[in-house]
Amino acid sequence: MKEYQTITEISGPLVFVETDEPVGYDDIVEIELSDGETRRGQVLESASDYVAIQVFEGTEGIDRDASVRFLGETMKMPVTEDLLGRVMDGTGQPIDGGPEIVPDERRDIVGEAINPFSREYPEEFIQTGVSAIDGMNTLVRGQKLPIFSASGLPHNDLALQIARQATVPEEEEAGDDDEGSEFAVIFGAMGITAEEANEFMDDFERTGALERSVVFMNLADDPAVERTITPRLALTTAEYLAFEKDYHVLVILTDMTNYCEALREIGAAREEVPGRRGYPGYMYTDLAQLYERAGRIEGREGSVTQLPILTMPGDDDTHPIPDLTGYITEGQIYIDRDLNSQGIQPPINVLPSLSRLMDDGIGEGLTRADHADVKDQIFAAYAEGEDLRDLVNIVGREALSELDNKYLDFADRFEEEFVDQGTDTARSIDETLELGWDLLSMLPKDALNRIDEDLIEEHYREDETAEAVEA
Amino acid sequence: MSQATDTDVREDGIIESVSGPVVTARDLDARMNDVVYVGSEGLMGEVIEIEGNITTIQVYEETSGVSPGEPVEGTGSPLSVDLGPGMLDAIYDGVQRPLDVLEEKMGSAFLDRGVDAPGIDLEKTWEFTPEVEEGDEVEAGDIVGTVPETPSIDHKVMVPPDSEGGEVVAIESGNFNVEETVVELDSGEEIQMHQEWPVRQQRPTVEKETPTEPLISGQRVLDGLFPIAKGGTAAIPGPFGSGKTVTQHQLAKWADADIVVYVGCGERGNEMTEVIEDFPELEDPTTGNALMDRTCLIANTSNMPVAARESCVYTGITIAEYFRDMGYDVALMADSTSRWAEAMREISSRLEEMPGEEGYPAYLSARLSEFYERAGYFENINGTEGSVSVIGAVSPPGGDFSEPVTQNTLRIVKTFWALDADLAERRHFPSINWNESYSLYRDQLDPWFEDNVRADWPETRQWAIDTLDEEAELQEIVQLVGKDALPEDQQLTLEIARYLREAWLQQNAFHDVDTFCEPEKTYRIMDAAKTYNDAAFEALDAGVPVEEITDIDAAPRLNRIGVQEDYNEYIDDLEDDIESQLRELY
Ligand SMILES: Nc1ncnc2c1ncn2[C@@H]1O[C@H](COP(=O)(O)OP(=O)(O)OP(=O)(O)O)[C@@H](O)[C@H]1O
Ligand SMILES: [Mg+2]
Repeated sequence: MKEYQTITEISGPLVFVETDEPVGYDDIVEIELSDGETRRGQVLESASDYVAIQVFEGTEGIDRDASVRFLGETMKMPVTEDLLGRVMDGTGQPIDGGPEIVPDERRDIVGEAINPFSREYPEEFIQTGVSAIDGMNTLVRGQKLPIFSASGLPHNDLALQIARQATVPEEEEAGDDDEGSEFAVIFGAMGITAEEANEFMDDFERTGALERSVVFMNLADDPAVERTITPRLALTTAEYLAFEKDYHVLVILTDMTNYCEALREIGAAREEVPGRRGYPGYMYTDLAQLYERAGRIEGREGSVTQLPILTMPGDDDTHPIPDLTGYITEGQIYIDRDLNSQGIQPPINVLPSLSRLMDDGIGEGLTRADHADVKDQIFAAYAEGEDLRDLVNIVGREALSELDNKYLDFADRFEEEFVDQGTDTARSIDETLELGWDLLSMLPKDALNRIDEDLIEEHYREDETAEAVEA
Repeated sequence: MSQATDTDVREDGIIESVSGPVVTARDLDARMNDVVYVGSEGLMGEVIEIEGNITTIQVYEETSGVSPGEPVEGTGSPLSVDLGPGMLDAIYDGVQRPLDVLEEKMGSAFLDRGVDAPGIDLEKTWEFTPEVEEGDEVEAGDIVGTVPETPSIDHKVMVPPDSEGGEVVAIESGNFNVEETVVELDSGEEIQMHQEWPVRQQRPTVEKETPTEPLISGQRVLDGLFPIAKGGTAAIPGPFGSGKTVTQHQLAKWADADIVVYVGCGERGNEMTEVIEDFPELEDPTTGNALMDRTCLIANTSNMPVAARESCVYTGITIAEYFRDMGYDVALMADSTSRWAEAMREISSRLEEMPGEEGYPAYLSARLSEFYERAGYFENINGTEGSVSVIGAVSPPGGDFSEPVTQNTLRIVKTFWALDADLAERRHFPSINWNESYSLYRDQLDPWFEDNVRADWPETRQWAIDTLDEEAELQEIVQLVGKDALPEDQQLTLEIARYLREAWLQQNAFHDVDTFCEPEKTYRIMDAAKTYNDAAFEALDAGVPVEEITDIDAAPRLNRIGVQEDYNEYIDDLEDDIESQLRELY
């Protein structure tokens, strides 16, 4: 291995080195500082006489005398089932004082694309126990469903609640205990604060989830560039556990906003032509290379489900980070500031939320025959009620028709009873749908135009309307 | 991708630099747009710039680990597709490598690199039936025989468009593979079922004609309000989650085209899987055969190499043109053209070209129009008529239609289906905004609807448009004062418009019956709303209070017509009930 002491330029997170032998694109580099400290980096551009290197741990303290070694391979993640229960830093080095990790395999962290022909369409319902998700925006195994949140909102509580409560109903019946735990959580933290990190770790420890988890921690005061590899380490581990070891893996990545900031920083240092709001033009492709590493593969038992969390700068979902994410993921769950301040927990706004894989994951034999219709009707009724709230502020309730008043009541009760369930309650899909019928029965039968007539006959509560009218 | 056959051997080069999908090579003797094999693994690439001794190449595969000094080998031919029987019921990546073959060759569910495969199976034999005889004169494009490619489609074997033609001196009949000669001309030219064509070049035609037939989509809001012609162009812009892909899938399923080419350009893997899993089981409404029998899929998902994303739309449209040459009506869906434009932008920025608007290359608009210009209703060079309709999804950042890709697309296409986040949020699907969308084909297609559906199609539609327009105006007032403050006739209009929206414009793509709506049913639902309208206004004129009119229990049944299979009977009864219930009120 050749060593160079030919650094010509250091700029932001980048180091340029003159070389006289070819270096592979994307290859890993070690830079040794004069005090003996070693940093790692990656080749961003390789020409016949120089290379550009992105240094993960930052360039602070590097000078032109530092020596540079090219390792002749791309970044690898040592994977093994023994990673379960372990805590690592953002570059994959254990920080829990545990035993040395003996890898089963070393895998390229960039990961190859799944051949679309080899995929299996995800349609296995995951019961999260959260009505606003299970009932209205159902999650399925192999889906990528981000949480769109903003600073100061309880997105972490929701992620933890899902991680704690997620089950697949038929498994419950079969009793999955005898097969051993086949569910695993991979937690990739990027630039979150130590308090947030503790919140996650405490919960993992309290519930015993840690032993089936692998944690990668890049905290707010860790180097920003390192954040670009943390999710790749997490996903490489997830793919290994899912597709080699048959685990159903839930990957929580937080906070994707910090990841994107790191991309922007590198782009700026490279003096690239920026795309929207200064983020690199290739951010869509880059994010897709992470998010598309969710799914199921024909003939394999396991699955990778992704729950990325992002905080929308300025609560604005047209900002490039949520926008590009929404264009790649299979829906999104919105955490809402207003609902939060009303004390609704989890404060999920179901209207802009969406699960695109829902349609094939619900219905008879999967959840319940009435699920799709009930969901459609609740959406319609809640949207109607929401609209009327603006109007009622102007004209008052008396100016509205009886039916309109019912829609207003429906919207209120929907938020207070259906959405607001607290972070410790887990509802079965049956409970969720029955609650849906309780609410829908406030409306007259012929207003339920999204629901099949037979289903109305079967489930409609005849006395609810009477009650609502009296009240 | 085409296995280049007419290789004229040229000098190989050496890699000079690597930056993502862009590689430069020294001393490579190649022409612009030639296909080259890069590095010791032989990754496929295409020449995109030549400057002195340095050739710039976009590589269609991942370049991790590739280093300067490795060889680059030229093929001497431009990026081409393999054309011939075997393209239907197939799924390709952006450079026409069959994904099922790749899975087998790579022995993995993950896409490895450096593996090539021809676009059509070169060994498989097909039953060739001649259509010409010895002694016949044939010219470029002429059909010399047919092959039953799938239960739905007879593949026409044609004299290649660049042939000189001549007299047929020998013709075969029976089972042959695509590389065996089936026809021999007096010029010595041998014709096989396999042809190649460079993807960036339009296949020749005689002339473009004015389209007069609609591409029936089975979607009420499209056929009813914003129809696209066979040979027409349409854009579907909309923010994420607004329904672009579902609309494209609906068209791929139900449009009355002979052939569907579906290009998944930089979008989700699962969406392609969904098509692969669903289409073999769905029935083509025209032929009753499996939908897959008329479909060719091109999947270059968002995580697949960006350069191949740039080329996938060309691969798709070239395949579409080839079927058009056989006299078929072909519909091509590209989801999403924005990802294609972004791929152009990404490559352009690696080339350090001068950026235009929002970083897109200055040639964005030219590339978009070249692409959409390949759509049309054509007289082919063999005298048949065929069409290529192009429907492109557009994914504007932040859902803002003023961005360059949407704007440049709107300048070219004639149908605009504007998706609306508000409608999607309230689950009004398809969330096509009826105030913003338009079809410039509407007038030229009216005669077809008059002849084939109902003579008063245009008038009834105009009534629906007027009612919806009036609703939009009234809604503004309602927002300020509430509905009850409106005069009774306006309240009634609002109620009718609501039924038009709920019963007619909305259509559930996931309901077995509602997913497809034939034009007759589209007409009848609209007309049923009008029947209610007319009878209701009569009642109002006779002094019946508006609440009583809107309260009749027959009216809500309008919203259930969509899901009725035997809709004629249902509507007949419903119209009778509406009329008699209203009549009872006065
Ligand atoms: N006609 C329809 N009927 C029923 N549901 C629909 C219809 N159109 C869209 N939807 C719903 O909207 C969701 C999003 O639609 P779709 O995936 O087509 O959005 P998109 O515009 O392609 O988004 P993106 O740009 O992110 O790809 C679907 O998963 C489905 O739930
Ligand atoms: Mg889409």
